[in-house]
Amino acid sequence: MENWSLFSLCVLLGLTSRWAVSFHSYSGAGKPPMFGDYEAQRHWQEVTYNLPVHEWYFNTTNNDLNYWGLDYPPLTAYHSLVCAYVAKLLNPEWVELHASRGYESHSHKLFMRATVLFTDILIYIPAVLLYCFYFCDGSSKQKVATALCILLYPGLILIDYGHFQYNSVSLGLALWGILGLGLGWDLFGSLAFTLALNYKQMELYHSLPFFCYLLGKCIKQGLTRRGFFQLAKISLTVLVTFALCWMPFLSDPKQPLQVLHRLFPFGRGLFEDKVANTWCSLNVLIKIKTLLSRETQLFLSYCTHLGFCLFLRLMFFLFVFFHSMLPLLVKDGLLLPYVVTSLAFLFLSLYLLSALERSTEEELRLGLYRKLTQRWLPKLNLSRIIKWKFWFSLVAMAVLSFTSVWLEPPAKFPDLFPVLVSILSFLHFLGFIIYFNLVQLMEPQRKKSQKKTN
Amino acid sequence: TVMAAPVTNDQSWFFALALGVSFLKCLLINAYHSTDFEVHRNWLALTHSLPAAQWYYEATSEWTLDYPPLFAWFEYGLSHIARFFDKEMLVVQNLNYASPATILFQRLSVIVADVVFFYAVKECCKCLREDKGKDLLGKPSFILTVLLLWNFGLLIVDHIHFQYNGFLFGVLLLSIARHFQNRHFEGALLFSILLNLKHIYLYIAPAYGIYLLRCFCFTQSNADGSLQWRSFSVVRLVTLGTIVLSTFSVSFGPFIGQLPQVLSRLFPFKRGLCHAYWAPNIWALYNIADKNHLIVCSYYERVKFKLLDINKLPKASMTGGLVQEFQHSVLPSVSPLATLICTVLSILPALFRIWHRPNGARGFLRCLVICALGSFMFGWHVHEKAILMAILPLSLLAVESREDARIFLILSITGHYSLFPLLFTTQELPIKIFLMLLFTIFSLTSLKTLFRKGGALLNPLEATYLLGLIPLELICEFVYPLTVWQKTFPFLPLMLTSVYCALGVTYAFIRLYISLLTCSDSTKKIKTQ
Repeated sequence: MENWSLFSLCVLLGLTSRWAVSFHSYSGAGKPPMFGDYEAQRHWQEVTYNLPVHEWYFNTTNNDLNYWGLDYPPLTAYHSLVCAYVAKLLNPEWVELHASRGYESHSHKLFMRATVLFTDILIYIPAVLLYCFYFCDGSSKQKVATALCILLYPGLILIDYGHFQYNSVSLGLALWGILGLGLGWDLFGSLAFTLALNYKQMELYHSLPFFCYLLGKCIKQGLTRRGFFQLAKISLTVLVTFALCWMPFLSDPKQPLQVLHRLFPFGRGLFEDKVANTWCSLNVLIKIKTLLSRETQLFLSYCTHLGFCLFLRLMFFLFVFFHSMLPLLVKDGLLLPYVVTSLAFLFLSLYLLSALERSTEEELRLGLYRKLTQRWLPKLNLSRIIKWKFWFSLVAMAVLSFTSVWLEPPAKFPDLFPVLVSILSFLHFLGFIIYFNLVQLMEPQRKKSQKKTN
Repeated sequence: TVMAAPVTNDQSWFFALALGVSFLKCLLINAYHSTDFEVHRNWLALTHSLPAAQWYYEATSEWTLDYPPLFAWFEYGLSHIARFFDKEMLVVQNLNYASPATILFQRLSVIVADVVFFYAVKECCKCLREDKGKDLLGKPSFILTVLLLWNFGLLIVDHIHFQYNGFLFGVLLLSIARHFQNRHFEGALLFSILLNLKHIYLYIAPAYGIYLLRCFCFTQSNADGSLQWRSFSVVRLVTLGTIVLSTFSVSFGPFIGQLPQVLSRLFPFKRGLCHAYWAPNIWALYNIADKNHLIVCSYYERVKFKLLDINKLPKASMTGGLVQEFQHSVLPSVSPLATLICTVLSILPALFRIWHRPNGARGFLRCLVICALGSFMFGWHVHEKAILMAILPLSLLAVESREDARIFLILSITGHYSLFPLLFTTQELPIKIFLMLLFTIFSLTSLKTLFRKGGALLNPLEATYLLGLIPLELICEFVYPLTVWQKTFPFLPLMLTSVYCALGVTYAFIRLYISLLTCSDSTKKIKTQ
């Protein structure tokens, strides 16, 4: 079968699962007075449509920042504005100033879900397809399998189409950035990533690798001649993009400061969360940090030209991360899609990549570990241990999922299960961070020109 | 390191496909469901709460039991599991009861019952003549599995609209597979059971009857393939008869006293010629011709003669959304008997053909598809879901012969598209488009690759017709609702869809007939048993 048909089948499967998940509940559904992220997005449409730009980020009588005030960079605001225009055409009640607070209806839900689907199709999915087509090793069948695994990743599907967010926009733009860099179009890559940064400030976590990579590339080309020009062009691109995005806020010095204050509310503590005790705060911190490091890992995986079987480790990592979101998803009433999509993803990854039968030590890049352990434990069969650890982790996650949903926690520790989930995830993430960093440091660099010819 | 393509054991791909489609079905649990959901809930309730003697008399709900007794027993069995989900659904008076537990249970029951379908598909794959392919995606068994397990029509009718067709078609396909494997007693038994589960399969009973009589009861054929009268085996005939009769007696036995009542429930001829959604069959074209004639006539007469008062002409009252009897205005009205005669006439040549020149199990299958399609084309009160009875068995032929693949493509794409009006909600619109595209792209590309030798599979005319479905969909579901006529002629898109698809279905029917009547015998010298 031809490539285009296989890729389109993957896309259609991805789109079908996304839309099917969207049938289910969203965050804060039917839970006044604050509702949830869904209401936040609707509220931003209301604010950006009805109020002038200079009031968007300020606390005024018309704009109560305590009720889901805008705390993402301007591009999110512009996106909300465009959606608001469409909403106004369909049903003005959806974005009526003040009157539309807590508005919930079936048609409105369809509209909101449709906006997510639209941006997904426009930005994220083409980026994934191009990434798999150009930057994956292996035969075309393997590329298709990779594309399918990425498109069916339950984390993004459930957060975007269940809980309700627009992560596909920022991740998609960041992925376009990676694509740009990989294809050697540095300016395009920088432009795309800057837009991603202006969509969600959390992309700052990825900015360091981007910055280091581009700087390193320019230095390699010689800072006196071509390298310098390249650096200048990139800097110019970034600055102009920032300027264009922030243009409405540059008239008054108070504006950009207020926006930055909303984006990085250090006064209140870095993370807003409702759980009071210290354990959960600590775990929340770790959870959100690792939410972002997933994308870092994706980027790292590209940069070091990871092979196919390393991708399996990545898949497992993504799966663990997804499991850590269980308490949140259960709260949103998304248990069924959680179970179905995670099982499907797990089986799909295992089946398509079928790496368990083939993960020899070499393929798991365990050479370094070998060297370390050989001294003290020469009889250790590392690959078998890895396999057992994998199955143990799966069982542990399954058990925790089951207990989180069906068992009552003891009265002394009401948040026992979310905390256990967080701890388990944290331990895995720690392991992954060590592993990926070791791999990046030890992996010999392959020529980038090899990639360009694909 | 570059790995070769994933090496998996022989049958794991089947398991992966089955599991994958089951996951998709689970995700669709929350989708729209039609009144058929309430129908089955009502049947769960009445079989659970009432003694068997009252099942066919119960009429609290408008959705009375109109399937044969074995299905009623099936619902009875399900009701015992339903107790653990939500007892309230088993109360007959709880009309339109649809708690989350009820929905979960009913949906899961369809998903689990599909296991029968999975088994049947596996058996059908074993019946394929040759199963070699360059890689997994090019293997006929793989293509057949996807065409059956991921069939668009089955997915949306069973798991969104809500029915138990997967389970029933599983029994049908298993029966066909048994005939392919020369296990005719089992095949006959399965078909008798099927008839007692849903009597709509009477459409294809003639094919079974003629085939079993000709190829099984007459144990041998002459060298030129013609009938050898002396090889008639009474034993086989009697055994077959016993199997069929005993199945019917087990099923209808408890209801023997109320047989007229049961039959009146099973065959309600008071319903109109066309079901609410206008199956794309001959009568859709007939109705259009009638309406057109009326419109053309009245304009002509009014303009030219200024004689006839428009009100004097009996209007064709086809308030297209309702199920009722109606009269045609210009062309002669159609009665149930007329449709029966038309149906029988349409399938008679095929039956004669396999009587005179049987082509083994494949000829039987082709005849079966023709019977299903003929009944669809000319039957009384045909529901467009019935097109699945032709599409699913045809899939078996499609992966083995070029001409059948081509007919399959036309029939399946138009047939599936004609199911679109069943899901009329906005929320399900993306799902039906994505799934339709998924199935269509897969069937087109995989069959094209399978039969790449010998040029294009579809000729330009056929391709254009199929492509015409895209503007049709855009007009019917996107453009038309925004126009003024949506209020005055709300059923125009349905009519357009039916008529356009009726053309494709008729074309497929004719081509199928031609292929049956012109195919050469491959079993001339082989004994049929």
